[in-house]
Amino acid sequence: MRRSLLAIAFGIISVLVAPTVAWACGGLVAPNGAVNLVRTATLAAYRNGVEHYVTSFQFEGNLSGKFGSIIPLPGIPSRVRRGGEWTLQRLQLEVQPPVRTAALSADSDGAAAEAQVILEKKIESLDVAVLKGGAEEVGLWAKNNGFFLPPDAPEVLEFYASRSPILMAVRFDADRARRQGLTAGDGIPVHVSIPTPNPWVPLRILGLGKQANERVEADVFLLTEGAPTMLPVPVKGASRGLILDRQELASESLLADLRSDRGMKWLPRSGMWLSYLKIDTTAGKLKHDLAVDSLGIADPSPVAAGLVLPDLNLDPPESSTGWWAWLLAALSGATGLVFFDRFAIKG
Amino acid sequence: MLSACALMGACTAEAGTTAETVDVEIHYSRFDPTTFEFAAGTTVTFRITNTDPIDHEFIVGDELTQDRHEIGKHASHGDLPGEVSVPAGTTRFTTYTFVRPGPLIIGCHLPNHYAYGMRADVRVI
Repeated sequence: MRRSLLAIAFGIISVLVAPTVAWACGGLVAPNGAVNLVRTATLAAYRNGVEHYVTSFQFEGNLSGKFGSIIPLPGIPSRVRRGGEWTLQRLQLEVQPPVRTAALSADSDGAAAEAQVILEKKIESLDVAVLKGGAEEVGLWAKNNGFFLPPDAPEVLEFYASRSPILMAVRFDADRARRQGLTAGDGIPVHVSIPTPNPWVPLRILGLGKQANERVEADVFLLTEGAPTMLPVPVKGASRGLILDRQELASESLLADLRSDRGMKWLPRSGMWLSYLKIDTTAGKLKHDLAVDSLGIADPSPVAAGLVLPDLNLDPPESSTGWWAWLLAALSGATGLVFFDRFAIKG
Repeated sequence: MLSACALMGACTAEAGTTAETVDVEIHYSRFDPTTFEFAAGTTVTFRITNTDPIDHEFIVGDELTQDRHEIGKHASHGDLPGEVSVPAGTTRFTTYTFVRPGPLIIGCHLPNHYAYGMRADVRVI
């Protein structure tokens, strides 16, 4: 009963909040522009050496055919499962209470080998595959599985391949979604558990498939065992870039609500820190990820942040002010990539 | 020719009727070189190497030609001079005769590639 009530409550809230919050809008567009894969918020949590990604894939437009996205991961997942019913909505509620939301709404102005498949999972109308391989291998896998990668994919895939050869490809089957009663705007949460000593959140992937001047917006929630340090360092009170909107000890009521959701029992009842970050930048400025030291006792790795290449002492890209761009995580889960149906090729 | 093009960032060919070979690399969805200059009447065989993990195209023509391909539905090219598909990690050839002086463009028209900036300018003198 509690689950049902929570689901209903958060469902309603999410509808109310939707027009006003900075839902991360992805650029996953089918060739004809009729379908968008919309990124919502993402949770990146770290406890006992395991990074948990919870993100939701939401689709808008005329659903047909198949398309998807790719999410770089910091390690090989131990488990991929359907996410809970209200985790992301509850986090949104925590940072944007409905009373405040209502007020806002009133004045809203607004040829290599193919990558190795090491894990496959069907989650409703999503086909999830965890891949291991470099840019060439992933490119070949995508091609052989009927998708096109956007033109910026070679550079982005190489960026990630130098740090982690693990990617999660998520393919959306619109026909299956229709049979399952999914309609535009419905979200499918996915929860990925990744054992890793070095957590980071993929942000650059958020700009995949976008033109350099296109806007990238995302909400990222971090849950960690201490007040985390991050790189690039998010800015409090900034209006654009990587913004640290809130960082505080997570309330016991929040943790209790999250624990009551599917697959979230790993969370403790208390003692976790909540960090809420917003990303508001352009794809051209989002060239890095977000490195996190979950206890806040060490400096996050510039390599994990994508600011320095592994084994190469390269200077980070100009302006540190542009680094904010990252965070995220969420990436939407990180999501980022969109594939194009091969039969819709132009030329 | 490849060395000269790589050093200069542009490629220039002398006038003549003999076919010559010009190397073009595609990397990160960009042509290299990005500018070419040929004398009218020159026949050029382009040797195009795609080092990307995704497919590309190499289409020579004027703006009208590029516009036509931008909205076209051909899944692959290869039958016409100056038009060839270049799959990921492969090298392909196409031969084209630059008949008249004037500006031309080399472009790729797979979804979003042209808008991404995948074009090179050709000056025929």
